[in-house]
Amino acid sequence: MTAPPLDQSTSAVVNLIPDELETPPLSLSQLTWRRFRRHKMAIFGVVTLILIIMYAFGGMLFFSEADSNHTDTGNALQAPTREHPFGTDTVGRDILARTIYGGQISILIGITAMVVELIFGVSIGAVSGYFGGLLDSFLMRITEAVLVIPQIFLLLVMARYFSQSIPNIKLFGRTFSGSVLVIIFVIGITSWPYLARIVRAQFLSVKENDFILAARATGTSTRDIIFRHILPNTSAPIIVSATLSVAAAISLEAYISFLGLGVRPPTATWGNMLELAYKYINTAWWLWFFPGFFIALIVLSINFLGDGLRDALDPHSRAA
Amino acid sequence: MTRYIIRRFLQAIPLLLIISVVLFAMMDKMGDPLATMGGRKVTKPEDRIRLAHQLGLDKPLCVQYIYWLIGNDWTHPIGEIPQPNVGVLTPIVQCLDPRTYIDSDVPGTRKGVLRGDWGISLVNRQPVTQVIGERLKNTLLLMITSEVLIISLALLIGIYSALNQYSYLNNAITASTFILYSMPVFFFALLAMYIFSILFRKWGLPYLPTVGMFDPNIGQTPAQVAWHMVLPVATLSFTFIAGYSRYIRSAMLESLGQDYVRTARAKGLPSPEVIYIHVLKNAALPIVTLVALDLPFLLGGAIVTEQIFGWPGMGRLFIDHVSRSDTAVVMGILMMIAFAVIIFQIFADVTYAWLDPRIRYK
Amino acid sequence: MDSINRQDGKRILDVTDLRTRFHIAEGTVYAVNGVSFHLNRGETIGVVGESGCGKSVTMMSIMRLIPSPPGEIATGQAYFEERDLLQLSDSEMQDLRGKDIAMVFQDPMTAFNPVLTIGRQLTEPLRVHLGLNKDECRHRAIELLEQVGIPDPSHRLGDYPHQFSGGMRQRAMIAMALACSPSILIADEPTTALDVTIQAQIVELVLGIRADLNMSVIWITHDLGVVAEIAERVLVMYSGFIVEEAPVDDLYEDPRHPYTQALLAALPRVDRRRDRHLQSIPGAPPNLLVAPLGCPFTPRCKFAFDHCRKEMPPIINVATNHTAACWWDVTTGKPR
Repeated sequence: MTAPPLDQSTSAVVNLIPDELETPPLSLSQLTWRRFRRHKMAIFGVVTLILIIMYAFGGMLFFSEADSNHTDTGNALQAPTREHPFGTDTVGRDILARTIYGGQISILIGITAMVVELIFGVSIGAVSGYFGGLLDSFLMRITEAVLVIPQIFLLLVMARYFSQSIPNIKLFGRTFSGSVLVIIFVIGITSWPYLARIVRAQFLSVKENDFILAARATGTSTRDIIFRHILPNTSAPIIVSATLSVAAAISLEAYISFLGLGVRPPTATWGNMLELAYKYINTAWWLWFFPGFFIALIVLSINFLGDGLRDALDPHSRAA
Repeated sequence: MTRYIIRRFLQAIPLLLIISVVLFAMMDKMGDPLATMGGRKVTKPEDRIRLAHQLGLDKPLCVQYIYWLIGNDWTHPIGEIPQPNVGVLTPIVQCLDPRTYIDSDVPGTRKGVLRGDWGISLVNRQPVTQVIGERLKNTLLLMITSEVLIISLALLIGIYSALNQYSYLNNAITASTFILYSMPVFFFALLAMYIFSILFRKWGLPYLPTVGMFDPNIGQTPAQVAWHMVLPVATLSFTFIAGYSRYIRSAMLESLGQDYVRTARAKGLPSPEVIYIHVLKNAALPIVTLVALDLPFLLGGAIVTEQIFGWPGMGRLFIDHVSRSDTAVVMGILMMIAFAVIIFQIFADVTYAWLDPRIRYK
Repeated sequence: MDSINRQDGKRILDVTDLRTRFHIAEGTVYAVNGVSFHLNRGETIGVVGESGCGKSVTMMSIMRLIPSPPGEIATGQAYFEERDLLQLSDSEMQDLRGKDIAMVFQDPMTAFNPVLTIGRQLTEPLRVHLGLNKDECRHRAIELLEQVGIPDPSHRLGDYPHQFSGGMRQRAMIAMALACSPSILIADEPTTALDVTIQAQIVELVLGIRADLNMSVIWITHDLGVVAEIAERVLVMYSGFIVEEAPVDDLYEDPRHPYTQALLAALPRVDRRRDRHLQSIPGAPPNLLVAPLGCPFTPRCKFAFDHCRKEMPPIINVATNHTAACWWDVTTGKPR
C-alpha cells in the first residue's frame, strides 16, 4: 500500500513567504542532516533499530545457537520465569534465545530480499525508463502481470513451488535451513515491480531535463549517462523505497511463515515462531507476544526512518 | 470513453492469458496432489497411477493447461503415437504435436475455462465454482463491511487532521496512525483477540468471539454473524484506516494550499463551502483512485485475518487448497482475483477521467 | 506626516502602521514593517516593488487572508468606511470579502478551481452575499461576462477554467470580482502572467470598468510600465516598508528615493544611447528573517552613510503630495 508523507503542513504558507529567503549557506548534506534531526520520530526509529540489531546480534554472546534449538518437551509451554524470561514454546525451546537467533534470520531476510529487489527493480526500471519503445512495453507488461496478483497470493504459491527439500546452509558460524534462501528469493522476485515502476517514472522525467541533453551533446556514453547523471538524481526515492522495503520484506516473511509456508523449523524466525500461536492464545500468550512485538517494533522503526529519509532527501518540501 | 473501456478490456485478455500460463506452470511443482486427496491416504502405487491417469495428471504440463483452458471433451483414443526421443527437447516437441492433446482413453467431461467450466476440486470432488462460491460470500461480507468502515473513518480522521494541523489531538492522531499503519496484521489480531476476548472473559466482561462465523449452538443468525464479525473487520480495517487517513490528510493539505482556496476565501465564501466543495472535490480525485486500486490488498489482508479468526472465507480456502496442490481451485481463485484487479484498474481510470473535467473535456 | 482626516469622507481605506510577521522554523519573517497609506474614493493607486517586498502580504493582511498559525498581524489599523478591518470578527470579515472589497489574483489558471464551472464560481458571491436565486444568479453572471467582453456568455457559463484562454480567464476573474459591485478592487499582479497584448486589453478593461462603477482600485505590480498607464498615485515598497509615495507623473519625473531612482534607471529605454550599459541595482534583497534596523536599502544604496544603518528614516514630505523615507536629500546631494 502506498505510504504518504507524514507532514505537509506549510503548503499554504509557501505561497506567501518570498522565495528569496536568505539563511546562512549550508551544504546539501548539512541541510539534509538538519532536516533529519528535526524529525524526532526518525531519530527514535534509528535508535530503536540500532537497539534491536544489537539485541539480535549481540545476543549471540549470551546464548549459543544450540540453546535456541534445544528442545525439552518436559518443559513445554512454560510461562516466563527467571530461567526462561520469555517462556518456552510447544516443544520446550527457550523463546528468548529463539527471538535472538530468529531476529538474525528475520533481519537477514529483510536486508537480502531488499538487495534482490533493488537489483531487479532498478535495472528493469532504468532500462525501461531510459530506452523506452518496445523494450519498455515488454518489460512493463511483465511488471503489470506480476502486479495484478496481490503479493501474498504470489508468495504463497511460489513458496510452495520452491519448497522441495533444500539442504541446510552454514554461514557466519550459523546453520540454518535452506528455505531461508528460498524465502529471500521469493520475496525479492515478487517485490521488484513496485520499485521498477518508481525507478522508471523517475528516469522518464529526469531524462527530459536539459542537462541530459547537454551530456548527450558532448558525447557522454550511455552507460555514463545512466550511472553518473540520471541515477544519482533519482537516488532519493530509491533510497526511501529500499529502506521501506526492508520492513515490508520482514513483514512478508512473517506472514508466510505464520501461515506455515515459510522458513522451516528448527530454524527460528520471528515469523515462524508465530505459526500456530493463535491456537494457544488462550493458554500461552508469550508464544505470540514476544516475536510479534519484535516484528511490530522493527517495522515501526524502519517506517519512521524511511519517513525521515523521505523528508530529508526531498528538496521540494519546506520543513516547518 | 466507451471505446477506451473496450480497448482496455481487450488489452487485458492477453495479460490474463499470460498470467494463467505462468501460474499454472507454478502449480505443477506444488507437490503431490494425490498424497492427501479427499482425506483418504492413497497408498498403493497401482491406485496412485490409476488415479493419476483418471485425472489426467500424468499428461505433460502443456496438455494439462490446454485441458484446463478449453476442456477435454473433444479427446478420444488415437492409438499409438510415436514417441520421439530428442533428449531435452522431447517435452517441447510433444507439446507442439497436436496428437498429444487429442489422444486420451479417459472420457473427457470438462469444457474448459473459456466455456465456463472451472473444473473439479481435487480435495473434495466438487465443482470449483461451487467451492469458491460458497466461500466467496463470506469473504465479501467481511470485505464490504470493512471497506465501508475504512472509508468513513478515514475520511473523518483525515479531514479533521488536515483542518486542525496544529492541535495536540492532531499530533496524537498522527503518531497513532503511524504506529497502527506499521503494525503487522497478525500482531494486531492477536493483541485484539487477547484483550477483547481472553482478558475480557477473565474479567467477567462481555467478550468477543474469536472463531468462526457463528456459534454452532445458536446457529447462523444475523446477530451471531455480526457479533463474530467485529474482531475480523476491525483487524482487516485498522491498517487501511491508518494509511488512508494519512493519505487523505495529505491530499487535503495539498488542496488547501492551492490558489483557488485563496480565491474562494477572498470571495467571502463560508468555510464549510470552501472545504467540502472547493477542497474536497479536488482532493477526492487521488483518493478515489487509491481506494479503487487498493481493493485487492484488502483481499490479501483477508487471508491472514481469516486464518486467525477461523472465518470460512476465500483466504482460508486458498491456503488449504494451495497446501494440498489443488490446481483447479487455486487457479480459479487467482484468475478471479486477477480479473477483479484489472476491472478495478479500468474502473479507477474511468472514474478519475469522469471526475476531472480537465481530462473529460480534452 | 499625513493628516489623518477620516471625517472628510474622501478616504475609503486608511491603513496605519501595519506590521505582519510569519513564524516559521527558520525564525521570524518580518514581511510588513510599519506600512501606512490611504486610498481615496474613486482613486486608483499603484503599489510597486520587487518580489518579496511585502506588497501582496500587505493586501492579504488587510483582507485578513493570512493563515494564522504561521502568520501574525502584530500591529496596525485598517479603516474601511469607519470600521477597523483588523478588529472585525471572522464572520464580519467574511461578509465583507467579495462584496465590499474584492480581489483579483495573478494566475487565473490556478486561481480558479479546475473542477468547478466558471458559472458556478462566478455566481458563488452572488448567492452568498446578495442572496440571489439560481435564475437571478445566472442572469447576472451573463451580464458580468458581457461586461468584461467575453463572447457567447450564456454557453460559457457551463465551461471549465481550462477551456478558456489565458486572457479570457483573467477577464472572467475580473467579472467574478465585480459580481457584487465592490467599492474597492485589489488587483494583485493581474497581468504579470499574461502576454503583453493581452496585458494591454486587461488594463483597458479595468480602466473602463472603474469609470463606470466609480470603483477604487489598488493595483499591485512590479511592472513600472503598467503602473504608468493605470495609476493616479504610486506607492513604492521595499522590504516591508513604503519608501516613496507620489502622484504618478511626479514619481516618474522626479523620484526622490534612491531606490525609486535606481528602479527607473534600470528600465531599458528606447531613447537612451545604445552603448550605455544597463544599470542594475547592485546587491541582493535583504534577509527578511532579520528584524529591520535602520534603512533596509542601505547595503545597495549609493548615497548611504552611517546614520542610514542606525535608524529607519521617517516618512518626509519632499514636495506636494510627495513623500519619501530617506535620510539623503537627492536634490541637494546632502543628508537631511
